[in-house]
Amino acid sequence: MAESPTYTDYHPRWLRRRVSTYWWLEKPSYLAFVLREGSCLFVAWFVVYLLLMVRRVLQGDAAYQEFLAWSARPSVLVLNIISFAFLVFHAITFFDAAPRALSVHVGKTRVPERIVGVSHYAAWLVASLLVFWLVLGS
Amino acid sequence: MREHIKVQVARYLPEKQSEQTFDEHEVPCQKDWVILDALNYIKDRIDGTLSFRWSCRMGICGSCGMTVNGEPKLTCATFLTEYAPGPIRVEPLRNFPIIRDLIVDIGDFMRKLVSVKPYIVRKYEKPLREGEYLQTPQELDEYKQFSMCINCMLCYAACPVYGLDPKFIGPAAIALAQRYNLDNRDQGAAQRMEVLSEHEGIWGCTFVGECTKVCPKHVDPAGAIQRYKLTGAIESMKAFFMPRGA
Repeated sequence: MAESPTYTDYHPRWLRRRVSTYWWLEKPSYLAFVLREGSCLFVAWFVVYLLLMVRRVLQGDAAYQEFLAWSARPSVLVLNIISFAFLVFHAITFFDAAPRALSVHVGKTRVPERIVGVSHYAAWLVASLLVFWLVLGS
Repeated sequence: MREHIKVQVARYLPEKQSEQTFDEHEVPCQKDWVILDALNYIKDRIDGTLSFRWSCRMGICGSCGMTVNGEPKLTCATFLTEYAPGPIRVEPLRNFPIIRDLIVDIGDFMRKLVSVKPYIVRKYEKPLREGEYLQTPQELDEYKQFSMCINCMLCYAACPVYGLDPKFIGPAAIALAQRYNLDNRDQGAAQRMEVLSEHEGIWGCTFVGECTKVCPKHVDPAGAIQRYKLTGAIESMKAFFMPRGA
């Protein structure tokens, strides 16, 4: 057998293609993924916003009113509306992913994925109703 | 006269060209023909120099994975009529180096697969006279889904993380590691965790979820990886709070 068979002549000439910088625009599912990843920035913004609000509340009524006036500015309002949309998108995609990551067992039987998913939404609904009741009921 | 459909096939002949080109052929669009039949028709009747991999024709061997109109598909399980009136564009699997025409190099995947020890690992082998390792149907159900993987690598072709960082161990290797971890006869979970808890292991996955969508055997690699992350996180918390392995 020859030391270097003919097919090895071309061995180094593999064609390697680079992934485009805009790969995430190729498919709707890739775009949804990138938006979901980006949504964490808006989640972070809401945490900061909440902390700012708590700080102002602790400083007294005048400071809180000032915070409310600042929040009513069109720029802050637009930012918060966009953030809220991303927050909902984040929550929905997170809840949809949860049944795949959680394998819940009762005794020896595995709880169906649908039940794991539905219970997340049910908990969300209960928490939301509780908040509505606290805000509107008092 | 039979209906025909245009098939555009990617060509790369390393001795002649440095970039990919496409050849267009007309093939009969028969109801029972899959993409692989069209490729074999081209090779037998039109151009014998076309190279591609195939073996079983029935979705078991995992050899004939290619990119069909931008999506990773098993060409033996994808019918021509799904793409009528055409044209159909057939390219090699993405994210792998191309050797020739529709053939990609799979060495990287093979090395990764071996690294996760996809076989039953025992700390102590039972003596033969004690008989086989028993398993109940419930215990089988725990891992059966992940055992359906045929190593076709469609999930690697669909995964943008693997495309951007070829060091990422990838969906199928992790799903197969999980297949053995969930097997009650196996005791190798700790050994596999050493490989998979690396940055290029489970934590490289950002849960795009495309691997699960393209899997022809419904293995759900994305689900396997997320479950593995949960196990990994619990294990590292345990190691932090109970360093002596209580």
